[in-house]
Amino acid sequence: MKYILCFSFLFLLTFSAALAQEVEVIKYPQLEKLIKEKEKGGKVKVINFWATWCAPCVKELPHFEALQQAHPTSELEVYLISFDDVEKLENRVKPFIKKRNIKSTVKLLDETDYNAFIDKVDPAWSGAIPATLVIAKGKRKFVEGELSEAELDKLIQEFK
Amino acid sequence: MKTMRMFLMALMAVVLFSAANGPGEGYKVGDYATDFSLRNIDGKKVSLAQYKDAKGFIVVFTCNHCPYAKMYEDRIIELHKTYADKGYPVIAINPNDGDKQPEDSFENMQKRAKEKGFPFPYLHDASQEITTAYGASRTPHVYLLNKDKKGYKVEYIGAIDNNHKDADKADQKYVEDALGQLLAGKKPKTTSTKAIGCTIKWKEA
Repeated sequence: MKYILCFSFLFLLTFSAALAQEVEVIKYPQLEKLIKEKEKGGKVKVINFWATWCAPCVKELPHFEALQQAHPTSELEVYLISFDDVEKLENRVKPFIKKRNIKSTVKLLDETDYNAFIDKVDPAWSGAIPATLVIAKGKRKFVEGELSEAELDKLIQEFK
Repeated sequence: MKTMRMFLMALMAVVLFSAANGPGEGYKVGDYATDFSLRNIDGKKVSLAQYKDAKGFIVVFTCNHCPYAKMYEDRIIELHKTYADKGYPVIAINPNDGDKQPEDSFENMQKRAKEKGFPFPYLHDASQEITTAYGASRTPHVYLLNKDKKGYKVEYIGAIDNNHKDADKADQKYVEDALGQLLAGKKPKTTSTKAIGCTIKWKEA
């Protein structure tokens, strides 16, 4: 009986974990590909750099979630690129995403040599997070620092 | 004439006002950095001019709350231990507003400095004017200054090394390398680097 209980508990645990989205662990070349990849038509890519430990990042997350919810991914796609350490993926990042029911695509950037790529993402980036990059129709705009819902909306309007 | 003077005053006010508000451009390598008089955790004011024998300074904008700042605390202590005797002490400055980020309040700075046994001053830039003047935009953010006849010349701006997780795995130790080169009478080879860090918590405007 004990075993069955134990087993069903494990089963439930696995099952509920499966409901939350998977978080892909990426390296810089994959991020670069995501940034550079040409999208069909006028699709808007919104790439937000964040971490679970970053208070202003966490504060602005709901605006990005709302933005994604308001658009089909064929028109606009939000990518939340986490700077959490990869060692924290299972015990911190995944539970965070599950608890907040985050629907936007989350990827964890597993890199340490930051100086090697920050300028490539955008020369205006000092490296502070949060930071947001919006790309569409060959146009791009980079913003460092927390965005209010109104500021994010205004930023997106520039790409429509 | 009077209108001209008023116009000039208004223009100056605009310039001053915009300079005092939030992150601006700040210093570039080669600029001369301003001295300051900021409150240390012991309540006393600290300025660069007090260090008569220093050849320069490792000015680090850092704080209590930021995980990156925490990961670098021991390395900042080591930098001070190695380079203070050679003429380059660490001066740590917390740029964050304590109301915006309570973990970085003056009292919490005192607590953290005690816990870690900081051997260097840990100053609070309560008005955030020095942070603005330097152009620090994240924590931790290092400004390596070299004293010459004209003042405190900025020789390096950026990160401490290239691996936040593990000091032993960092194969580029930017600050140590720059200091080694300065001590050898040379110019640092790498003068600026970037790293991921926490934003400065600016006062509410």
